[in-house]
Amino acid sequence: MKQVYSVPKSLQPRSTHYCPGCTHGIAHKLVAEAIDDLGVRDRAIGVAPVGCAVFAYDYFDCDFQQAAHGRAPAVATGIKRSVPDSVVFAYQGDGDLASIGAAEIVHAAMRGERITVIFVNNAIYGMTGGQMAPTTLVGQKATTAPFGRQKEHCGSPLRVSEMLATIPGAAYVARVALSSPGNVAKAKTAIRKGFETQLAGGGFSLVECLSTCPTNWGMGPYEAMRWLEENMIPYYPLGEFRTPEGGQNDA
Amino acid sequence: MTKVVFDEEKCKGCELCVQFCPRKVIVMADRINAKGYHPAVLADEENCISCGICARMCPDAVIEVFKP
Ligand SMILES: Cc1ncc(C[n+]2csc(CCOP(=O)(O)OP(=O)(O)O)c2C)c(N)n1
Ligand code: SF4
Ligand code: SF4
Ligand code: SF4
Ligand SMILES: [Mg+2]
Repeated sequence: MKQVYSVPKSLQPRSTHYCPGCTHGIAHKLVAEAIDDLGVRDRAIGVAPVGCAVFAYDYFDCDFQQAAHGRAPAVATGIKRSVPDSVVFAYQGDGDLASIGAAEIVHAAMRGERITVIFVNNAIYGMTGGQMAPTTLVGQKATTAPFGRQKEHCGSPLRVSEMLATIPGAAYVARVALSSPGNVAKAKTAIRKGFETQLAGGGFSLVECLSTCPTNWGMGPYEAMRWLEENMIPYYPLGEFRTPEGGQNDA
Repeated sequence: MTKVVFDEEKCKGCELCVQFCPRKVIVMADRINAKGYHPAVLADEENCISCGICARMCPDAVIEVFKP
């Protein structure tokens, strides 16, 4: 029989600590598939965040470093500049990237660092038990916003991809959703493009993956994907916001 | 060999494969694995179209798919 789907080689053959149905697992698979497809496992170096993905180094079968909270783009910068032939990716959550690490990501993009950032936006601080993030939707409940995020008090959620797309050093910026077979297929293409941008020396690349946190959202895994499609995508539109071919372009 | 192979001990019983299978041929087994989850199994091989959707949506890299 012909194999239609095989487990990516760049993943270690072990169980993860992620909750059942958590889309961090899907994001890991897509990154590993891109590394496999581009044949760069020997050159790949990942940088893990603080957040639920802190143990990513145990799940990918390539070199890895773990960074202090929000500092993955700075650590990735150091790795890429000292080993220019490496293929460097930072893997970050929304609390890590958009909150404590907001300065690092903006400046890495500004400098046009040749790194690829996988930004897992699940609109919450997952690891620490469901606190409000800068990306939490207005009205969405969190342990620190028991009545839902209030715009008057906390402002509107940060659209990271749109913000970074205004920076000239950002060569590729796209937002995808890990919420259905079709969207996961598009996410795979975008993640691959992010790595291809780096390989071509094009500059900074980031793929924002709208993701679920079934545990802290208090939903089943499938229900969480439906919630993502109905609530997150209207506020966080999918598409490519910046491409190496030039300028902003909504797809 | 069956069209859909599950690495049963890695399954966390999330049921995403069950939900997204276009032919509704995956079910949760009555037995439990070492983690304590009911693992997903292929219940109706004949009607499986080897589309790979279950494998693509599985967050835990449990599934591999083959086409005759
Ligand atoms: C300097 C510092 N401040 C705060 C924390 C606590 N902390 C751990 S993970 C986290 C946020 C994680 O949320 P996110 O980045 O969205 O990742 P997720 O778990 O949702 O994937 C925080 C605030 C910490 N570990 N270090
Ligand atoms: S807490 Fe949320 S983000 Fe963290 S592993 Fe569980 S479901 Fe995933
Ligand atoms: S390969 Fe397609 S039809 Fe077969 S079990 Fe998986 S999702 Fe269902
Ligand atoms: S999607 Fe994967 S982990 Fe979830 S029930 Fe199916 S095989 Fe098990
Ligand atoms: Mg988060």
